[in-house]
Amino acid sequence: MLAMFFWAFVVGGAICVIGQLLFDVAKLSPGHTLSALVVTGAILDGLGLYEPLMDFAGAGATVPITSFGNSLVHGALQEAERHGIIGVITGMFEVTSSGISAAIIFGFIGALLFKPKG
Amino acid sequence: MLIGKQSWIFQSKPAIIATGVSGGPFEREGLLPEAFDILHDDLWMEEPSYEQAHRLLIEEAVEVALKKANLTNDDIQFIIAGDLINQITPTSFAARTLGIPYFGIFGACSTSMEGLALSAFIVNNKGANYIVTGAASHNAAAERQFRYPTEYGGQKPPTAQWTVTGAGFAIVSHSTPNQTEFPKITCATIGKVVDLGISDPFNMGGAMAPAAVDTIKTHLKDTGRKITDYDLIVTGDLGKIGYSVALDLLHGDGLNIPEEKFKDCGLLLYRDDQPVQAGASGAASSATVIYGHLLKQMKAGVYKKILCVATGALLSPLTVQQKETIPCIAHAVSIEMDS
Repeated sequence: MLAMFFWAFVVGGAICVIGQLLFDVAKLSPGHTLSALVVTGAILDGLGLYEPLMDFAGAGATVPITSFGNSLVHGALQEAERHGIIGVITGMFEVTSSGISAAIIFGFIGALLFKPKG
Repeated sequence: MLIGKQSWIFQSKPAIIATGVSGGPFEREGLLPEAFDILHDDLWMEEPSYEQAHRLLIEEAVEVALKKANLTNDDIQFIIAGDLINQITPTSFAARTLGIPYFGIFGACSTSMEGLALSAFIVNNKGANYIVTGAASHNAAAERQFRYPTEYGGQKPPTAQWTVTGAGFAIVSHSTPNQTEFPKITCATIGKVVDLGISDPFNMGGAMAPAAVDTIKTHLKDTGRKITDYDLIVTGDLGKIGYSVALDLLHGDGLNIPEEKFKDCGLLLYRDDQPVQAGASGAASSATVIYGHLLKQMKAGVYKKILCVATGALLSPLTVQQKETIPCIAHAVSIEMDS
Protein backbone atom coordinates (compact mmCIF):
# COMPACT_ATOMS: atom_id res chain seq x y z
CA MET A 1 0.00 0.00 0.00
CA LEU A 2 2.68 2.49 1.05
CA ALA A 3 4.82 1.46 -1.91
CA MET A 4 1.86 2.28 -4.21
CA PHE A 5 1.59 5.76 -2.69
CA PHE A 6 5.31 6.23 -3.10
CA TRP A 7 5.38 5.28 -6.78
CA ALA A 8 2.22 7.28 -7.53
CA PHE A 9 3.97 10.31 -6.05
CA VAL A 10 7.23 9.71 -7.90
CA VAL A 11 5.70 8.97 -11.32
CA GLY A 12 3.03 11.69 -11.12
CA GLY A 13 5.64 14.14 -9.86
CA ALA A 14 8.06 13.18 -12.62
CA ILE A 15 5.42 13.88 -15.29
CA CYS A 16 4.83 17.30 -13.72
CA VAL A 17 8.57 17.98 -13.63
CA ILE A 18 8.76 17.20 -17.36
CA GLY A 19 5.87 19.62 -17.94
CA GLN A 20 7.59 22.33 -15.87
CA LEU A 21 10.84 21.83 -17.79
CA LEU A 22 9.04 22.10 -21.13
CA PHE A 23 7.58 25.33 -19.81
CA ASP A 24 10.68 26.89 -18.20
CA VAL A 25 13.62 25.47 -20.14
CA ALA A 26 12.17 24.72 -23.58
CA LYS A 27 10.08 27.93 -23.26
CA LEU A 28 6.94 26.26 -24.62
CA SER A 29 3.69 28.12 -24.06
CA PRO A 30 1.16 26.59 -21.61
CA GLY A 31 -0.89 25.40 -24.62
CA HIS A 32 2.10 23.76 -26.27
CA THR A 33 3.15 22.09 -23.00
CA LEU A 34 -0.34 20.69 -22.52
CA SER A 35 -0.51 19.35 -26.09
CA ALA A 36 2.98 17.83 -25.88
CA LEU A 37 1.99 15.86 -22.76
CA VAL A 38 -1.30 14.67 -24.27
CA VAL A 39 0.47 13.52 -27.45
CA THR A 40 3.15 11.77 -25.37
CA GLY A 41 0.44 9.85 -23.47
CA ALA A 42 -1.18 8.88 -26.79
CA ILE A 43 2.10 7.63 -28.25
CA LEU A 44 2.95 5.66 -25.09
CA ASP A 45 -0.41 3.90 -25.24
CA GLY A 46 0.08 3.19 -28.96
CA LEU A 47 3.30 1.43 -27.99
CA GLY A 48 1.45 -0.42 -25.22
CA LEU A 49 3.43 1.26 -22.45
CA TYR A 50 0.86 3.42 -20.65
CA GLU A 51 -1.28 0.56 -19.29
CA PRO A 52 1.67 -1.02 -17.47
CA LEU A 53 2.59 2.43 -16.13
CA MET A 54 -0.93 2.84 -14.71
CA ASP A 55 -0.78 -0.60 -13.13
CA PHE A 56 2.50 0.35 -11.55
CA ALA A 57 1.86 3.94 -10.44
CA GLY A 58 -1.97 4.17 -10.17
CA ALA A 59 -3.13 7.75 -9.79
CA GLY A 60 0.42 8.91 -10.50
CA ALA A 61 -0.25 7.97 -14.13
CA THR A 62 -4.03 8.43 -14.39
CA VAL A 63 -4.30 11.97 -12.96
CA PRO A 64 -1.76 13.88 -15.13
CA ILE A 65 -2.94 15.07 -18.55
CA THR A 66 -0.87 12.35 -20.29
CA SER A 67 -3.62 9.89 -19.32
CA PHE A 68 -6.03 11.87 -21.51
CA GLY A 69 -3.88 11.07 -24.54
CA ASN A 70 -3.74 7.47 -23.39
CA SER A 71 -7.55 7.33 -23.11
CA LEU A 72 -8.03 8.79 -26.61
CA VAL A 73 -5.86 6.13 -28.25
CA HIS A 74 -7.05 3.37 -25.95
CA GLY A 75 -10.71 3.94 -26.79
CA ALA A 76 -9.93 4.22 -30.51
CA LEU A 77 -8.01 0.91 -30.58
CA GLN A 78 -10.64 -0.90 -28.50
CA GLU A 79 -13.50 0.14 -30.78
CA ALA A 80 -11.42 -0.48 -33.89
CA GLU A 81 -11.14 -4.11 -32.88
CA ARG A 82 -14.92 -4.40 -32.65
CA HIS A 83 -16.17 -2.13 -35.45
CA GLY A 84 -13.23 -1.66 -37.78
CA ILE A 85 -12.16 1.76 -39.07
CA ILE A 86 -15.37 3.52 -37.94
CA GLY A 87 -14.58 2.38 -34.42
CA VAL A 88 -11.43 4.53 -34.45
CA ILE A 89 -13.63 7.61 -34.81
CA THR A 90 -16.36 6.62 -32.34
CA GLY A 91 -14.01 5.04 -29.84
CA MET A 92 -11.78 8.05 -29.45
CA PHE A 93 -14.31 9.90 -27.35
CA GLU A 94 -15.94 6.86 -25.75
CA VAL A 95 -13.54 6.62 -22.82
CA THR A 96 -12.90 10.36 -22.64
CA SER A 97 -16.50 11.52 -22.99
CA SER A 98 -17.05 11.81 -19.22
CA GLY A 99 -14.07 14.13 -18.89
CA ILE A 100 -15.04 16.28 -21.88
CA SER A 101 -18.70 16.50 -20.83
CA ALA A 102 -17.68 17.40 -17.27
CA ALA A 103 -15.47 20.21 -18.61
CA ILE A 104 -18.37 21.62 -20.66
CA ILE A 105 -20.97 21.28 -17.89
CA PHE A 106 -18.80 22.72 -15.12
CA GLY A 107 -17.56 25.43 -17.47
CA PHE A 108 -21.17 26.37 -18.14
CA ILE A 109 -22.06 26.44 -14.44
CA GLY A 110 -18.95 28.52 -13.73
CA ALA A 111 -19.92 30.99 -16.47
CA LEU A 112 -23.42 31.34 -14.98
CA LEU A 113 -22.06 32.04 -11.49
CA PHE A 114 -19.14 34.32 -12.33
CA LYS A 115 -18.22 36.95 -14.90
CA PRO A 116 -16.79 34.77 -17.67
CA LYS A 117 -15.36 37.59 -19.79
CA GLY A 118 -12.70 38.78 -17.33
CA MET B 1 15.28 74.45 -29.39
CA LEU B 2 17.25 71.47 -30.70
CA ILE B 3 20.45 70.77 -28.83
CA GLY B 4 22.87 68.04 -29.84
CA LYS B 5 21.47 65.21 -31.91
CA GLN B 6 18.09 64.42 -30.40
CA SER B 7 17.41 66.69 -27.43
CA TRP B 8 15.36 69.79 -26.79
CA ILE B 9 16.07 72.66 -24.42
CA PHE B 10 12.97 74.54 -23.32
CA GLN B 11 14.06 78.14 -22.74
CA SER B 12 10.71 79.21 -21.30
CA LYS B 13 10.74 76.32 -18.80
CA PRO B 14 7.11 75.16 -19.04
CA ALA B 15 5.68 74.30 -15.62
CA ILE B 16 3.71 71.31 -14.40
CA ILE B 17 0.95 73.25 -12.68
CA ALA B 18 -1.15 70.31 -11.49
CA THR B 19 -1.33 66.53 -11.58
CA GLY B 20 -4.06 63.91 -11.21
CA VAL B 21 -3.36 60.30 -10.36
CA SER B 22 -5.81 57.39 -10.07
CA GLY B 23 -5.17 53.77 -9.13
CA GLY B 24 -6.58 50.38 -8.23
CA PRO B 25 -6.71 48.05 -5.23
CA PHE B 26 -3.19 46.68 -5.62
CA GLU B 27 -1.74 50.17 -5.61
CA ARG B 28 -3.65 50.95 -2.40
CA GLU B 29 -1.83 48.04 -0.74
CA GLY B 30 1.56 49.22 -2.07
CA LEU B 31 4.24 51.56 -0.76
CA LEU B 32 2.85 54.79 -2.21
CA PRO B 33 -0.92 55.01 -1.61
CA GLU B 34 -0.50 58.73 -0.83
CA ALA B 35 0.69 59.29 -4.42
CA PHE B 36 -2.85 58.62 -5.66
CA ASP B 37 -5.69 61.14 -5.63
CA ILE B 38 -8.26 58.41 -6.29
CA LEU B 39 -7.95 54.73 -5.36
CA HIS B 40 -10.46 52.07 -6.37
CA ASP B 41 -11.32 49.02 -4.27
CA ASP B 42 -11.58 46.58 -7.16
CA LEU B 43 -10.42 46.20 -10.75
CA TRP B 44 -13.93 46.50 -12.22
CA MET B 45 -14.59 49.97 -10.74
CA GLU B 46 -18.32 49.35 -11.26
CA GLU B 47 -17.80 49.26 -15.02
CA PRO B 48 -18.96 46.36 -17.25
CA SER B 49 -15.45 45.56 -18.53
CA TYR B 50 -11.82 46.05 -17.51
CA GLU B 51 -11.26 48.17 -20.60
CA GLN B 52 -14.04 50.54 -19.53
CA ALA B 53 -12.56 50.66 -16.03
CA HIS B 54 -9.29 51.57 -17.77
CA ARG B 55 -11.07 54.47 -19.53
CA LEU B 56 -12.56 55.60 -16.22
CA LEU B 57 -9.10 55.80 -14.60
CA ILE B 58 -7.99 58.22 -17.33
CA GLU B 59 -11.09 60.40 -17.09
CA GLU B 60 -10.79 60.61 -13.31
CA ALA B 61 -7.08 61.47 -13.34
CA VAL B 62 -7.64 64.27 -15.87
CA GLU B 63 -10.65 65.60 -13.95
CA VAL B 64 -8.68 65.71 -10.70
CA ALA B 65 -5.80 67.54 -12.39
CA LEU B 66 -8.21 70.10 -13.91
CA LYS B 67 -9.88 70.65 -10.55
CA LYS B 68 -6.57 71.18 -8.79
CA ALA B 69 -5.52 73.72 -11.43
CA ASN B 70 -8.92 75.38 -11.24
CA LEU B 71 -9.42 74.92 -14.98
CA THR B 72 -12.19 73.47 -17.13
CA ASN B 73 -11.94 71.21 -20.19
CA ASP B 74 -12.46 74.28 -22.40
CA ASP B 75 -9.31 75.93 -21.06
CA ILE B 76 -7.14 73.07 -22.30
CA GLN B 77 -5.84 73.22 -25.88
CA PHE B 78 -4.69 69.62 -26.24
CA ILE B 79 -4.55 66.29 -24.50
CA ILE B 80 -1.53 64.14 -25.42
CA ALA B 81 -1.84 60.66 -23.98
CA GLY B 82 -1.85 56.94 -24.58
CA ASP B 83 -2.08 53.47 -23.06
CA LEU B 84 -1.19 49.86 -23.91
CA ILE B 85 -4.46 48.45 -25.19
CA ASN B 86 -5.03 47.80 -28.92
CA GLN B 87 -5.44 51.06 -30.84
CA ILE B 88 -5.21 52.92 -27.47
CA THR B 89 -9.01 52.85 -27.19
CA PRO B 90 -9.20 53.57 -23.42
CA THR B 91 -7.41 56.90 -23.97
CA SER B 92 -9.33 57.75 -27.15
CA PHE B 93 -12.64 56.95 -25.47
CA ALA B 94 -11.67 59.10 -22.48
CA ALA B 95 -10.78 61.91 -24.92
CA ARG B 96 -14.30 61.52 -26.36
CA THR B 97 -15.76 62.12 -22.90
CA LEU B 98 -13.40 64.98 -22.10
CA GLY B 99 -13.96 66.81 -25.40
CA ILE B 100 -10.41 68.17 -25.50
CA PRO B 101 -8.54 68.19 -28.88
CA TYR B 102 -6.50 65.02 -28.77
CA PHE B 103 -3.14 63.62 -29.82
CA GLY B 104 -3.17 59.85 -29.23
CA ILE B 105 0.37 58.54 -28.81
CA PHE B 106 1.81 55.08 -28.35
CA GLY B 107 5.22 54.60 -26.78
CA ALA B 108 4.25 51.58 -24.69
CA CYS B 109 5.45 52.31 -21.15
CA SER B 110 7.51 55.29 -22.34
CA THR B 111 4.29 57.13 -23.26
CA SER B 112 4.34 59.32 -20.12
CA MET B 113 7.64 61.04 -20.97
CA GLU B 114 6.95 61.03 -24.72
CA GLY B 115 3.81 63.01 -23.94
CA LEU B 116 5.53 65.31 -21.45
CA ALA B 117 8.38 66.09 -23.88
CA LEU B 118 5.92 66.88 -26.70
CA SER B 119 3.74 68.98 -24.40
CA ALA B 120 6.71 71.00 -23.15
CA PHE B 121 7.87 71.52 -26.75
CA ILE B 122 4.45 72.79 -27.86
CA VAL B 123 3.99 75.07 -24.82
CA ASN B 124 7.56 76.34 -25.12
CA ASN B 125 6.86 77.31 -28.73
CA LYS B 126 3.56 78.96 -27.79
CA GLY B 127 1.48 76.33 -29.56
CA ALA B 128 -0.72 76.04 -26.50
CA ASN B 129 -1.36 77.62 -23.12
CA TYR B 130 -2.44 74.45 -21.36
CA ILE B 131 -1.82 70.83 -22.31
CA VAL B 132 -2.93 67.77 -20.39
CA THR B 133 -0.58 64.83 -20.83
CA GLY B 134 -0.27 61.41 -19.29
CA ALA B 135 -0.44 57.66 -19.59
CA ALA B 136 -2.49 54.82 -18.15
CA SER B 137 -2.64 51.05 -17.85
CA HIS B 138 -4.95 48.48 -16.28
CA ASN B 139 -3.59 45.21 -14.92
CA ALA B 140 -6.37 42.85 -16.02
CA ALA B 141 -6.84 44.51 -19.43
CA ALA B 142 -3.10 44.31 -20.16
CA GLU B 143 -2.77 40.74 -18.88
CA ARG B 144 -5.58 39.64 -21.16
CA GLN B 145 -4.03 41.30 -24.17
CA PHE B 146 -0.34 40.60 -23.71
CA ARG B 147 -0.26 37.37 -21.71
CA TYR B 148 -3.19 35.22 -20.63
CA PRO B 149 -6.51 36.11 -19.04
CA THR B 150 -5.97 36.07 -15.26
CA GLU B 151 -8.55 33.28 -14.81
CA TYR B 152 -6.52 31.01 -17.09
CA GLY B 153 -3.93 30.80 -14.32
CA GLY B 154 -0.85 30.68 -16.56
CA GLN B 155 2.38 30.46 -14.58
CA LYS B 156 4.68 33.48 -14.56
CA PRO B 157 8.46 33.28 -14.17
CA PRO B 158 10.19 35.46 -11.52
CA THR B 159 11.40 37.85 -14.25
CA ALA B 160 7.80 38.82 -15.12
CA GLN B 161 6.45 42.16 -13.90
CA TRP B 162 3.08 43.35 -12.61
CA THR B 163 1.17 45.83 -14.77
CA VAL B 164 0.10 48.87 -12.76
CA THR B 165 -3.59 49.73 -12.64
CA GLY B 166 -3.70 53.48 -12.77
CA ALA B 167 -3.44 56.72 -14.68
CA GLY B 168 -1.11 59.66 -14.15
CA PHE B 169 -1.76 63.01 -15.79
CA ALA B 170 -0.12 66.43 -15.63
CA ILE B 171 -1.11 69.88 -16.85
CA VAL B 172 1.73 71.69 -18.61
CA SER B 173 1.60 75.47 -18.95
CA HIS B 174 3.74 78.59 -19.30
CA SER B 175 5.75 79.66 -16.32
CA THR B 176 7.22 82.91 -15.12
CA PRO B 177 10.74 83.09 -13.69
CA ASN B 178 9.52 84.08 -10.23
CA GLN B 179 7.19 81.09 -9.96
CA THR B 180 9.06 78.78 -7.66
CA GLU B 181 6.19 76.59 -6.49
CA PHE B 182 5.90 74.52 -9.68
CA PRO B 183 8.29 71.89 -11.05
CA LYS B 184 9.55 73.04 -14.46
CA ILE B 185 10.50 71.12 -17.57
CA THR B 186 13.91 72.22 -18.80
CA CYS B 187 14.97 69.72 -21.43
CA ALA B 188 14.15 66.38 -22.98
CA THR B 189 15.89 63.69 -24.99
CA ILE B 190 13.92 61.57 -27.45
CA GLY B 191 15.18 58.02 -27.53
CA LYS B 192 15.87 55.78 -30.49
CA VAL B 193 14.64 52.20 -30.74
CA VAL B 194 17.17 49.76 -29.32
CA ASP B 195 16.93 45.98 -29.74
CA LEU B 196 19.58 43.71 -28.31
CA GLY B 197 17.77 40.54 -29.32
CA ILE B 198 15.82 39.56 -26.20
CA SER B 199 12.60 37.82 -27.21
CA ASP B 200 11.19 36.73 -23.83
CA PRO B 201 8.09 38.85 -23.10
CA PHE B 202 8.40 37.79 -19.46
CA ASN B 203 11.71 39.63 -19.16
CA MET B 204 10.88 43.06 -20.53
CA GLY B 205 12.95 44.87 -17.90
CA GLY B 206 16.09 43.17 -19.19
CA ALA B 207 15.13 44.02 -22.76
CA MET B 208 14.47 47.70 -21.93
CA ALA B 209 17.61 48.39 -19.86
CA PRO B 210 19.91 49.05 -22.87
CA ALA B 211 17.38 51.56 -24.27
CA ALA B 212 17.32 53.44 -20.95
CA VAL B 213 21.11 53.53 -20.80
CA ASP B 214 21.36 54.67 -24.44
CA THR B 215 18.96 57.57 -23.80
CA ILE B 216 20.71 58.61 -20.55
CA LYS B 217 24.11 58.62 -22.29
CA THR B 218 22.76 60.56 -25.28
CA HIS B 219 21.06 63.04 -22.96
CA LEU B 220 24.32 63.78 -21.14
CA LYS B 221 26.19 64.10 -24.44
CA ASP B 222 23.58 66.33 -26.12
CA THR B 223 23.06 68.67 -23.17
CA GLY B 224 26.62 68.68 -21.83
CA ARG B 225 25.26 67.84 -18.40
CA LYS B 226 26.96 65.47 -16.00
CA ILE B 227 25.36 62.62 -14.11
CA THR B 228 26.17 64.49 -10.88
CA ASP B 229 24.03 67.43 -12.05
CA TYR B 230 20.98 65.36 -11.14
CA ASP B 231 19.75 64.56 -7.63
CA LEU B 232 17.94 61.59 -9.07
CA ILE B 233 17.75 59.68 -12.34
CA VAL B 234 14.62 57.56 -12.36
CA THR B 235 13.63 54.94 -14.92
CA GLY B 236 10.05 53.93 -15.68
CA ASP B 237 9.58 50.21 -15.22
CA LEU B 238 12.81 48.27 -15.50
CA GLY B 239 12.02 46.12 -12.46
CA LYS B 240 14.63 44.22 -10.44
CA ILE B 241 16.36 42.58 -13.39
CA GLY B 242 16.31 45.54 -15.75
CA TYR B 243 17.47 47.85 -12.95
CA SER B 244 20.57 45.81 -12.18
CA VAL B 245 21.33 45.38 -15.90
CA ALA B 246 21.04 49.16 -16.42
CA LEU B 247 23.24 49.89 -13.40
CA ASP B 248 25.89 47.45 -14.70
CA LEU B 249 25.75 49.01 -18.19
CA LEU B 250 26.11 52.55 -16.78
CA HIS B 251 29.04 51.53 -14.59
CA GLY B 252 30.57 49.69 -17.54
CA ASP B 253 30.47 52.96 -19.50
CA GLY B 254 32.23 54.78 -16.68
CA LEU B 255 29.09 56.53 -15.46
CA ASN B 256 29.45 55.74 -11.78
CA ILE B 257 26.07 56.66 -10.47
CA PRO B 258 25.44 55.76 -6.83
CA GLU B 259 22.48 53.45 -6.25
CA GLU B 260 20.61 56.00 -4.14
CA LYS B 261 20.63 58.44 -7.05
CA PHE B 262 19.40 55.90 -9.59
CA LYS B 263 15.92 54.54 -8.97
CA ASP B 264 13.19 52.76 -10.85
CA CYS B 265 9.50 53.63 -10.60
CA GLY B 266 8.73 49.91 -10.99
CA LEU B 267 10.57 49.23 -7.74
CA LEU B 268 9.10 52.14 -5.78
CA LEU B 269 5.41 51.33 -6.11
CA TYR B 270 4.85 47.96 -4.42
CA ARG B 271 5.87 46.31 -1.19
CA ASP B 272 8.25 43.35 -1.29
CA ASP B 273 5.60 40.97 -0.01
CA GLN B 274 3.18 41.78 -2.84
CA PRO B 275 3.30 39.08 -5.56
CA VAL B 276 4.67 41.35 -8.27
CA GLN B 277 7.66 39.18 -9.24
CA ALA B 278 10.33 41.55 -10.60
CA GLY B 279 8.36 44.78 -9.93
CA ALA B 280 5.80 47.06 -11.51
CA SER B 281 5.43 47.71 -15.22
CA GLY B 282 2.94 49.33 -17.54
CA ALA B 283 2.42 52.81 -18.90
CA ALA B 284 1.06 53.90 -15.51
CA SER B 285 4.22 52.84 -13.65
CA SER B 286 6.23 55.95 -14.54
CA ALA B 287 3.14 58.17 -14.89
CA THR B 288 1.76 57.49 -11.39
CA VAL B 289 5.11 57.46 -9.56
CA ILE B 290 6.51 60.59 -11.26
CA TYR B 291 3.31 62.66 -11.24
CA GLY B 292 1.96 61.32 -7.94
CA HIS B 293 5.05 60.78 -5.83
CA LEU B 294 8.26 62.31 -7.18
CA LEU B 295 6.81 65.74 -8.01
CA LYS B 296 5.45 65.92 -4.45
CA GLN B 297 8.92 65.07 -3.15
CA MET B 298 10.39 67.81 -5.35
CA LYS B 299 7.94 70.32 -3.95
CA ALA B 300 8.88 69.16 -0.45
CA GLY B 301 12.51 69.87 -1.29
CA VAL B 302 13.78 66.29 -1.36
CA TYR B 303 14.96 66.62 -4.97
CA LYS B 304 15.74 69.73 -6.99
CA LYS B 305 16.66 68.29 -10.35
CA ILE B 306 15.55 64.92 -11.65
CA LEU B 307 15.82 63.11 -14.96
CA CYS B 308 12.81 60.92 -15.69
CA VAL B 309 13.57 58.14 -18.17
CA ALA B 310 10.40 56.27 -19.12
CA THR B 311 11.12 52.96 -20.82
CA GLY B 312 8.89 51.14 -23.29
CA ALA B 313 8.88 47.67 -24.84
CA LEU B 314 7.44 48.03 -28.33
CA LEU B 315 6.07 44.53 -28.75
CA SER B 316 2.65 43.18 -29.57
CA PRO B 317 1.14 39.77 -28.79
CA LEU B 318 1.46 38.95 -32.50
CA THR B 319 5.18 39.75 -32.70
CA VAL B 320 5.75 37.57 -29.62
CA GLN B 321 3.90 34.65 -31.24
CA GLN B 322 5.96 35.15 -34.37
CA LYS B 323 9.08 34.91 -32.17
CA GLU B 324 10.36 38.38 -32.98
CA THR B 325 12.74 40.14 -30.61
CA ILE B 326 11.56 43.06 -28.47
CA PRO B 327 12.47 46.56 -29.72
CA CYS B 328 12.66 49.00 -26.82
CA ILE B 329 12.71 52.76 -26.35
CA ALA B 330 13.28 55.31 -23.62
CA HIS B 331 12.51 59.03 -23.46
CA ALA B 332 14.11 61.32 -20.90
CA VAL B 333 12.67 64.55 -19.49
CA SER B 334 14.47 66.77 -17.02
CA ILE B 335 12.26 68.31 -14.33
CA GLU B 336 13.64 70.97 -12.01
CA MET B 337 12.57 73.19 -9.14
CA ASP B 338 13.66 76.82 -9.37
CA SER B 339 15.17 78.03 -6.16
